[in-house]
Amino acid sequence: MATTYRICPRSGLQFDTQAEKLMRFHAVAGVLSLLVGGIMALGVILTRWPAVKLLEADTFYMVLTAHGIDMLIFWIIFFEMAVLIFASSTLLRCRLATPKLAWAASVLMAIGAIMTNVAIFQGESSVMFTSYVPMMAQPHFYLGLILFAVGALIICFIFLGTLVVAKAEKTYEGSIPLVTFGALTACIIAIFTIAGGAIILIPTLLWSLGYIREIDSLMYRVVWWAMGHSSQQINVAAHVAIWYAIAAIVFGAKPMSEKVSRSAYFLYILFLQLACAHHLLSDPGLGSEWKIVNTSYFMYFAVLASMIHGMTVPGAIEQAQRLKGYNKGLFEWLRKAPWGNPAFSSMFLSLVGFGFLGGISGVMMGAEQLNMLIHNTIYVPGHFHATVVIGTTLAFMGLTYFLVPVLFKREVLFPGFAKIQPYLFGLAMYVVALVMMGAGTLGVSRRHWDMAFAGAPMAYEWPGAAYLMMGLTGIFSCIAIVGGGGWILQIVLSILFGKKLEDGEMRSTPIPLTLPAPTPGGAAHPPATPGTLVLALIFLTAFILYYFVNWKYLSSLWGLA
Amino acid sequence: MSAILPPSERIWWKQSIDKLEFTWIAIALVWSLVMFAMMIWWHIYGNQNLANETYKTTKEMFAAKAQAVVDQYTVRTGTEAEKGFPVVAPPAGSDIYLIGRLWDWWPIYELEKDKTYKLHLSAMDYMHGFSLQPQNINIQVHPNYDHVIKITPNQSGTYSIVCNEYCGIGHHTMVGRLYVK
Repeated sequence: MATTYRICPRSGLQFDTQAEKLMRFHAVAGVLSLLVGGIMALGVILTRWPAVKLLEADTFYMVLTAHGIDMLIFWIIFFEMAVLIFASSTLLRCRLATPKLAWAASVLMAIGAIMTNVAIFQGESSVMFTSYVPMMAQPHFYLGLILFAVGALIICFIFLGTLVVAKAEKTYEGSIPLVTFGALTACIIAIFTIAGGAIILIPTLLWSLGYIREIDSLMYRVVWWAMGHSSQQINVAAHVAIWYAIAAIVFGAKPMSEKVSRSAYFLYILFLQLACAHHLLSDPGLGSEWKIVNTSYFMYFAVLASMIHGMTVPGAIEQAQRLKGYNKGLFEWLRKAPWGNPAFSSMFLSLVGFGFLGGISGVMMGAEQLNMLIHNTIYVPGHFHATVVIGTTLAFMGLTYFLVPVLFKREVLFPGFAKIQPYLFGLAMYVVALVMMGAGTLGVSRRHWDMAFAGAPMAYEWPGAAYLMMGLTGIFSCIAIVGGGGWILQIVLSILFGKKLEDGEMRSTPIPLTLPAPTPGGAAHPPATPGTLVLALIFLTAFILYYFVNWKYLSSLWGLA
Repeated sequence: MSAILPPSERIWWKQSIDKLEFTWIAIALVWSLVMFAMMIWWHIYGNQNLANETYKTTKEMFAAKAQAVVDQYTVRTGTEAEKGFPVVAPPAGSDIYLIGRLWDWWPIYELEKDKTYKLHLSAMDYMHGFSLQPQNINIQVHPNYDHVIKITPNQSGTYSIVCNEYCGIGHHTMVGRLYVK
């Protein structure tokens, strides 16, 4: 298919027209999924807020199923497909491989997403995001997910094909950019995730159709979590790539060391997939050796990788800022950062929240024995709202502020709201994650309609603090929903009604990327980054304290052997 | 240049690493290894480890074993607030079987403080979640698997067993009880 190329006058990026349309399609499909998921979030939270308790039990479980699937699968993966296309075709300035197939795959994904949503809202498939057997959903619930996964898998291969095209047609020199390398990591993990995990949905579909008599619940959990958790590692790889991208776009920041950052990504590829064990630490039938090796990503090498990215991204920003002259003291570079630029503030809140709240809690609960303290409590959603909402979603939101003028060629409306949106949404989610983890530490269950156990003769009474924290979860979730809903509204209105910006030059052939010659003197001695190291050490201190406090707590429990 | 462009140094893998960056990597690596060792250390010196003892079973077989313990050691029939479930006080060291089913934990056990019991957990229908409160010990319960854990209660009192794995519309009513004397 012949295509054309547009040079964006605002960013200098070059867009293949087909790729550009596909990116818009996936971004819009993602935002629509986020909208549905967000409305469901309101239903979930207004029911779990003990003083409100809005929905009936059956509606609540249906809404919770929809919330999980629309957010964790559809919103995030649609957006990630846009990121894959951007990181290949746009950053490498080449044509997208097989655009027709890409369209077919995208339509398949959309059909799948709609089909699964229909199944959920028909009410007979309230099986939660995890759809554990032997609880059965309608066949089209599974079929929709399978179609969606197949579509996503095809786009992953188109991403790889596009890398081949760029190499063959020599549209860039040397190695692929770090952001593309990060997207490649995400793509490899995605292929593993779908081929090794989502595949369990095929026998499950056959079982719901009556062709298979029984599926073992433990086997299902082992295989399913190879998708369920590993797909969150696609998000990690993708949002870390976006951190690097935003640091590059906003500050012109150069990675501190290509070697270190790429090696850290490589550790993700090697070890992140072991994470399915995180969900099986309190399960029978799996040995402690298996649990320890897998839950630690083999000696925490993937955690090491995240701790490296967590330092090198702010480190790159510190270097760029110091080169601009913000050299006073430890933190002038940070104080003088553009805190009113939503792309930057989203990215920075995403990084700090992902590390402090999501990262530390994730490692704590991923320790084999400590997992017993929080397994299936609301601590778990507390943790993953820190990783997936603060980490991934906030980073995606930040990138979108950049994409609206560049990709959709519209000015962002309501710039005043854009300035505060990351704080409104991000900081409210910080509190939500914290109080959910607090309630979970007291034992409050996740996926539970009524913490007062209405109708149960042997009802357990949670401590008052647990009720307080669930109330706070309700209040701050509502604030976060205002921040998130406001973002959706702002982006949709900007795309529809924002001031049109000029398209830029259209060409029939791509312009290859030419790099300026390396500057031998300047690049050799970038400034040191003491501020970032101090931040990293504060993080480590919090990490160590919290980790051992939980072992202390564990040691007070009943003896278990 | 920047992270969205190819590396400006073509031979980027030969560039030296920044000193502070290297320091952080070393610290992070040590911390990673400490955390890894911690789980192994706790298996040797800690008192809270899940056993690796699990058997394949069937719903009928597990239910029969539970029934046998109930028949032998029931001390009283529970009150209405205890759903009329048998209250069972097996001797220390016994095998005790706890059934998770829609939407009960059955039966009610009465254990002695500082004595050890072999607790068997299994589910009769969907998966359930054994969540002992206010201890906050949480264990996944599967159908067709008999999970054996040696428990040693260290405090007397009345404990609740909340179900924390979603198991359908009555999930929130699935609360059991356990006494430690």
